[in-house]
Amino acid sequence: MSAFSHPHERDRLTDPVRFVDERLGGAKALRFVMGYVFPDHWSFMLGEVALYAFVVLVATGTFLALFFSPALGQVVYHGGYGPLQGQQISEAYGSTLHLSFSVSGGLLMRQTHHWAALVFVAAITAHLLRIVFTGAFRKPRDVNYFIGVTMLALAILEGFAGYSLPDDLLSGMGLAIAWGVAMSLPLIGGPFATALWGGRFPGTTVFESRLFIAHVFIIPALLAALIAIHLAIIMIQRHSQFAGEGRREDNVVGTPLWPGYALRSLGLFAAVAGVLVLMGGLIQINPVWLWGPYHPYLGTNGAQPDWYLGWLIGALRMMPNLEIHLFGHTLVPNPFFGGVLFPTAVFALLYALPWLDRRFISRDYRRHDLLELPRENPRRTALAAAVFSAIAIVFAAGSADRLFFQFGFGYEGAIWFFRGAFLLAPPLVYWITRRVCLALLRAHAHPLRGFSGAVVVRGEQGGFERTGGP
Amino acid sequence: MRRRARAVWRAIVAVWLWRAGSRRRRSESRAQRDPSERRAGAAGRIEGVVVVLLALATAGTAAFAALFILDPDTQLLGLALGLALASLAAALVVAGKRLVPRETKVEARPRLARPQEVEPVVQELRAGADGITRRRLLGSAAGLAGAGVAAAAVVPVAGLGPGITDQLARTPWRAGRRLVDEEGTPVAAADVRRGSFLTAFPEGVQHDELGASVVVVRVDPATLRLPAERANWAPYGILAYSKICTHAACAVSLYRSPLNPSTQPRGPALVCPCHFSTFDVLRAAAVEFGPAGRPLPQLPLVVDAAGALRAGGPLSGPVGPSWWGDKT
Repeated sequence: MSAFSHPHERDRLTDPVRFVDERLGGAKALRFVMGYVFPDHWSFMLGEVALYAFVVLVATGTFLALFFSPALGQVVYHGGYGPLQGQQISEAYGSTLHLSFSVSGGLLMRQTHHWAALVFVAAITAHLLRIVFTGAFRKPRDVNYFIGVTMLALAILEGFAGYSLPDDLLSGMGLAIAWGVAMSLPLIGGPFATALWGGRFPGTTVFESRLFIAHVFIIPALLAALIAIHLAIIMIQRHSQFAGEGRREDNVVGTPLWPGYALRSLGLFAAVAGVLVLMGGLIQINPVWLWGPYHPYLGTNGAQPDWYLGWLIGALRMMPNLEIHLFGHTLVPNPFFGGVLFPTAVFALLYALPWLDRRFISRDYRRHDLLELPRENPRRTALAAAVFSAIAIVFAAGSADRLFFQFGFGYEGAIWFFRGAFLLAPPLVYWITRRVCLALLRAHAHPLRGFSGAVVVRGEQGGFERTGGP
Repeated sequence: MRRRARAVWRAIVAVWLWRAGSRRRRSESRAQRDPSERRAGAAGRIEGVVVVLLALATAGTAAFAALFILDPDTQLLGLALGLALASLAAALVVAGKRLVPRETKVEARPRLARPQEVEPVVQELRAGADGITRRRLLGSAAGLAGAGVAAAAVVPVAGLGPGITDQLARTPWRAGRRLVDEEGTPVAAADVRRGSFLTAFPEGVQHDELGASVVVVRVDPATLRLPAERANWAPYGILAYSKICTHAACAVSLYRSPLNPSTQPRGPALVCPCHFSTFDVLRAAAVEFGPAGRPLPQLPLVVDAAGALRAGGPLSGPVGPSWWGDKT
C-alpha cells in the first residue's frame, strides 16, 4: 500500500512487527489473526457481551478487593452512616460500608461490579439459548459447548459467592439456604456442610476466607482459563455461520478482524463498559446498609436473590414437603430436591444435549458448520422451548411472594398454580412451538409470499445483468 | 364458472411449482455466489463525526478524573465515565462501519480432520507396549497407584473442618436456663402479650449460635392442641419454638396472628420468609404449608418465682435442616 511506503510510516509499523517476527515468528500469526473472518449476525454479539462484562468484572473486582476485608471479627460501627451507629457488625460488612461511603468512586465500582455480574450471567444465558436454538452445539462445536455450559455453572457459583461476601442480612439468608442445601446431600450432608463451613452454620471465620479466595481467585482463574480455551477453539474451528449469499459448509464469509471488525468489537466493549458504568452510577443496587448486618436469628420478608438464582429459590419453594426417611434417619432432606436434584438435572440435560440431539432429536451424526434457523428443526426447537418453559415457570415461582406484595395474588394459590403449570406447560409449549415452526416453514414456501422479482441492470455494452432479488 | 375456477386453480398450482423449482435453483446458486468485496474511502463528514465523538470521550474521561479529585459523587462519576465510554463506543463503531475499508472476505474453512492419520497414531500408541507380556497386571497396578495418588491429593480436604462431631446436634438449652431478649434482659411471662412475637436466647450464650434463638408467642391456652406429653410446656399459653427453619436454616421471622379467629379460620402460624414454610403454632409447629419436612423443635417453658421464663428442658428435636445423622 502506498501509505506504508512513506519512510516515516514504514519505521513506525515495520519495526515493531519485525521485532515480534524475529523473536517469535509472529508475522504469520498476526496475518492469521488480522485476516480472521467474523460472519455478521447480531446474535453473535451475545457471547462477546459476556466476555466484555467479564473484563469489567475483573477490573472493578480488583478495585474492590483493595478495600474489602474478608473477616468476620465483630466490631462496633463508627462510620458515617447514621442508622448503624454503635451497632455490632462484622469486619466484612464494615469494610463494605467503608468502601461504599468513604472511598472515592467506591460505590460506583461496587454497583458497576454488581450490575456487571447480572449482565454477565444474562449474556451467557442468552448466548446459550442462541447456541441451542440454532444447533451450534453440533459436531465439531460440541467440545466448545461443554466448556460454555461449564462456564455458566461457574458464573452462577461466582455470582453467589460474591453476593455472600459482604455479610449483610440478605447475603446471610442466602448462605443459610446454601447451608441447608449442602446439609441435604443424602448421608454425607452433615459432614460435608460442616467441613465446608468450618463448623455448624453460620460457621467460623475461615468460611469467609474460603468464600473470598473462591470468589477472587479460584473461580475467576478457572473462568479466565476456560474463556481462553473457548476462544482458541473458535479460532481453530472458525466461526459457524447462517446460510446466505456465498455461505456454504466449506467456507466462512464475513468481515476480517482488521480493521473493521476489530473496531466494531472494541466499540462493543466500550458500549458494554459504558452502559455498566452508567448503571453503576445511576441505578442503585444491593444497598447493604439498608439490609443491616446478618445474624442467624434475623430474617426479612420479600427478599429476592440475584436473578440467576431465581430458578433455584423457585424450585425450593415449589417443592411439596416431602422428605424420605429410612430406619428413623432422614435419607433425603427436602432442600435436596429443589437445591441439588433440579439444577443437577438441568445441567445434565445441557451437557447431554449434543448426544441427545444426534442420537434422538435430529438423528444426524455429521459435522455442521452452517447454523439452522430455529424453524428449520421444529422438533429440537419445540423440545428446547418446552424445557425452557419449565425452567421459566420455576423461575417465576421464585417470585411468588413478590406477586403477592405487588398484585395481591395469594401465595399458596400461586404456588399451586406454578406446580400445575410446571407439569402442563411443557407439552403445550412443545405443541405450539412445533406448529409455529412448521407454519413459518410453510409460509416461507408459499408462492404468493415475498418478493419474487429480479433487479436487472442494463450494462454499458447493452447487455442485461441480474444484480438483485431473491 | 366452475371451469374458470379450475383454470385459476391450475394456474396457481403451475406458478407455485415453477416458483418452487426456481427457488431451489436460486438457493443453490445463492450459496455458490461470491460475495467478496472491498470498499475503501469515506466521506469527510464521517471523519468529522468520529473526531467529535473521540473528543467527547476525552472530555468525559477528563471530567471523571476531575470529579474523582474534587467531588467524588457516585452519580456524576458514573455519568462522566459512562458517557465517555459510550462516546468512545460510538466513535469505534462508526469508524469500523463507515470509515475504514469495508471488506467482505470469503475464506475456505480448514479441514481439521485427518482420517488417514488416525490409524498410524493408534498403532504408535500400541507399539509403546511392545515386548511387555503381563500387560493386565501392570495396568491394574498402575491404575491402583494412580487412584492412591488421587486419594492422597483429596485427603487434605478433610482438614477443611472439624470431623463430624456432635456439634450439629448441640443446643445450649438446658432445664432452668433463663430466656433473655436481644439486649440480655430476662423475659418476664407477664410481658409476653397475645399477638406479639419475641426472639429470645438462653442467658449467657452467643446469640449467633444456631441452636440459641427461639421465638416466643402467646395464645389462648384453650385453643392449644399440643400432644399430651407437652401439656405443661406452655404456661399461660406461652410457647417457644426454635427460630431456625427446619427446611433450610433461615430465621422464621414472620408471625401470622389472626385478629379475629371467627372470621379468619386459620390460626396463628410462624412463617419462614425464605421459602414460606408455615408452622401451626397451636399444633406444636406442625407443617401447615411449604417445603419444610418436620416441625420446629419446641422448647418447654416454665415460669420461675420471679415471673421470668425459663427452659423446662432441652429443645424437643434437632435444630435446623435435617440430615442423616439426626436422632429424631
